[in-house]
Amino acid sequence: MKYAALALLAAAPLLGMGNYPLHLLILCLLWACVYTSWSVMGRLGMVSFGHGAFMGIGAYVVVMGWNHYGLSPWIGTPIALALAAAVAFLIGYPCFRFKIVGHYFALVTLALSEVTRLIIVALRDQTGGSLGVTPKTALADVSYSLNALQFSSKLVWFYVILAFWLGGLWIWKKVDESMGRLALEAISQEEDAAASIGINVTKLKLGVTILSALMTCMGGVLYAQYQLYVNPDTVSGIGISLQMVFGVIAGGMFVRLGPTVGAAFTLLLAEGLRLWFGNQYHGLDLTVYGLMLVLFIIYMPKGILGAASGALEKRRMVRAGA
Amino acid sequence: MDIFDVFLLEAVLNGLLLGGILALLALGLNLVFGVIDVVWICYAEMIMIGMYAVYYLHNVYHWPLWLAFASAIAIVALGGAALHHLVIRPVLAAEPINQLLVTGGVLFFLQAAATLVFGVEFRNLGIRLPQLQFGEMYLSMARLIAFGVALAAMIAMSVFLKRSYLGTAIRAISQDRQIMPLMGVNPNRIFLVTSALGGALAGVAACLLVLQYDIHPAIGLSFGPITFLICVLGGLGNMMGGFIAAFIFAQFISVGGFFLHVEWGYVLAFLFFIAVMFWKPQGILGGK
Repeated sequence: MKYAALALLAAAPLLGMGNYPLHLLILCLLWACVYTSWSVMGRLGMVSFGHGAFMGIGAYVVVMGWNHYGLSPWIGTPIALALAAAVAFLIGYPCFRFKIVGHYFALVTLALSEVTRLIIVALRDQTGGSLGVTPKTALADVSYSLNALQFSSKLVWFYVILAFWLGGLWIWKKVDESMGRLALEAISQEEDAAASIGINVTKLKLGVTILSALMTCMGGVLYAQYQLYVNPDTVSGIGISLQMVFGVIAGGMFVRLGPTVGAAFTLLLAEGLRLWFGNQYHGLDLTVYGLMLVLFIIYMPKGILGAASGALEKRRMVRAGA
Repeated sequence: MDIFDVFLLEAVLNGLLLGGILALLALGLNLVFGVIDVVWICYAEMIMIGMYAVYYLHNVYHWPLWLAFASAIAIVALGGAALHHLVIRPVLAAEPINQLLVTGGVLFFLQAAATLVFGVEFRNLGIRLPQLQFGEMYLSMARLIAFGVALAAMIAMSVFLKRSYLGTAIRAISQDRQIMPLMGVNPNRIFLVTSALGGALAGVAACLLVLQYDIHPAIGLSFGPITFLICVLGGLGNMMGGFIAAFIFAQFISVGGFFLHVEWGYVLAFLFFIAVMFWKPQGILGGK
């Protein structure tokens, strides 16, 4: 069943899908990747408002390396990942060591994502500031360049991003299966109690944070290479950081496919409203989206998938009882 | 005097004036947090609504400016009460992080609704206040007024909290949320009044900001984050701490912007904030 669905998804573009639906599907998987990365730590009680920082690092380090130093993304990506890990460590270690949690953690990480955005804007001579920047094209007379990680075919991107999405889900599962996850759950419930039975709270939290940062950074790299355009507001700062949090909440952060459902839901909502009402009502999609978020958090805090699987579970229990 | 120092002094003074308005922004947020224990992530968006209210009442419906200001303050105060009643109250018993997130949803909603209703064009009142010259220094009249009003609003607020019955109840409930209902104080009513007051302060800030900045739907993002950081730096809910933190932040922005570029001023302020968080997570005035 699971594999059949996956095979269907993988075969979808070969069944004569138009360019635009394929583009939507790719974007959906890409955001699913990023949202999944966020949830890896978010569901364990570490609600970060700063993941825009990691996405921004991924997108900009690779593009800047390519544009200014002719550095292939194959080299730029490890540099970006190293930088993201270092930043995650620098912000995470003191936070966890000094027990900065809840509101405070969210607001400290918010500062981090704003710092990233502002640095990108401030270095406008190199980064193009808030106008954004396009990676220099390597596709002038070829249809793909492996060295520049640029492909004109959407099909290639579909499979690349599909692979990363599956990888993200696999990491989530591995985290679930590891001993660390039980410990982390204990930490998110009762940090002091967890520490008292010998769980190294700081180390575990830091590990998950760095993992999540690396995955988000990779999402940023893929985003930049696929879209071939980056802008400080679309890859870093408070806007995108909140978008990640809310995408995850809409889908449900405690189930593995929740973030993916969130990504699909957000994207379909935006596109659907645009097709429905046309383009003249600028901001309508986000108005509806914002309203739904508020309603979600009040009435359905587990998200779409979380609520659905919860209802299913309840029904099963009732049937088993009867 | 060396000319360099004159400009530096000008930057310091401008920072001082900026500090006044930042302190006012932080005051409303701190008041709400101190009493209800909820951070209004959408606080700056409430200010944006106030700014649009002034613009429409004054420039489109041609109300006199003072009436437009008074109405805008009333509108945002009502908005604050509505925000509490419709959005915060249902999640008061939920996890604290949900309360943070729900107001984040309101942020998206208000920003997008403003885009939908008002469009993305930049608007301004068309009032340009003169620059004041002191020797070789120029200071903005609008900023000077903002500083004075912000200071007056803060003094009025502290007198209200210290002297009036309602103010005393607000202070009491912020110290012990569990005990006060037993003493015959109705927390719901206090929460509602506090939210309206927080909204009114946002309205005052809107009137002052509208004199200096163009209005557009995303303007909240340009001073929202900094307001939260000031409150956290001063210790969430600690009004005195927020007051001091506002002036520290303003100096970073103004003087940092003077030596480097204005964004670097913000970068420095934010990095300073992160550093202080690690050193004193409870804020600069927070105890152990």
